[in-house]
Amino acid sequence: MSITVVVFYLLAAVTVGSALGVAFANSIVYSAFALMGTLLGVAATFVLLGADFLGVVQLLVYVGGILVLTLFAVMLTHRISDVNVSNRAVGRLPGLVLVAVVFGWMVRVAGRAHWVVKDPGAPAPTTYGIGNALLTQYALPFEVASIVLLAALIGAVVVSRKEVKG
Amino acid sequence: MADLSLGHFVVLGGVLFALGLFCVLTRRNAIGILMGIELVLNSANINYVAFARYNQAGYDGQVFAIFVIMLAAAEAAIGLAIVLGIYQRFETIDVEATDRLRQ
Repeated sequence: MSITVVVFYLLAAVTVGSALGVAFANSIVYSAFALMGTLLGVAATFVLLGADFLGVVQLLVYVGGILVLTLFAVMLTHRISDVNVSNRAVGRLPGLVLVAVVFGWMVRVAGRAHWVVKDPGAPAPTTYGIGNALLTQYALPFEVASIVLLAALIGAVVVSRKEVKG
Repeated sequence: MADLSLGHFVVLGGVLFALGLFCVLTRRNAIGILMGIELVLNSANINYVAFARYNQAGYDGQVFAIFVIMLAAAEAAIGLAIVLGIYQRFETIDVEATDRLRQ
């Protein structure tokens, strides 16, 4: 067992353990903090896969942006007196059964699929290549993405502001 | 890297997807549902990057993952704004209690 396998299992343990916390924690605040562990684990997995730039993007956007936004929303809407704010609609047992069926089916399909795998080779810096791809091959999606972000931000401001009459 | 196969990462992505789906299914808190969606998007990103790496597909998989992260950010901003709006109007973010379009 080489060192990369050990690192992978460590990262997978952190990621899946935190994801279990997200899914099963009773308090939504604990869920939000467990989500941080999952996002950090996924960022480290990206680095393990040789995607260093993507790992940093994940760190900046997810951990630095989305998670903070989520925590803000939790703090702004969470009523401390309301303990049962994260009650279950479907119930844990039916949900577990359904998810177990879906997961088993996915693993079965993944196990039976025949994938053409090439030797990935040694990881190399990716920033140069990603920058080139974003400004040549993916220039149009890149610009559309910026418009989508602008529209989303304006929409978020419009939706969440208080209505002022008159 | 040689003894770390594609299957490892696919199973990791599958576990994250299943937990995110569970989160979406069983949470009644709207923010919890959004967290589940983030888990699902992360599992998809792991698969994108892993498949791209093990097929020597260049940077396509990573660029797609960047777009997914960007859309997740937009989704989180819009979703949480809607959740805050619902909270202002209904005083709760229980998705079962907010089943009317207007008061």
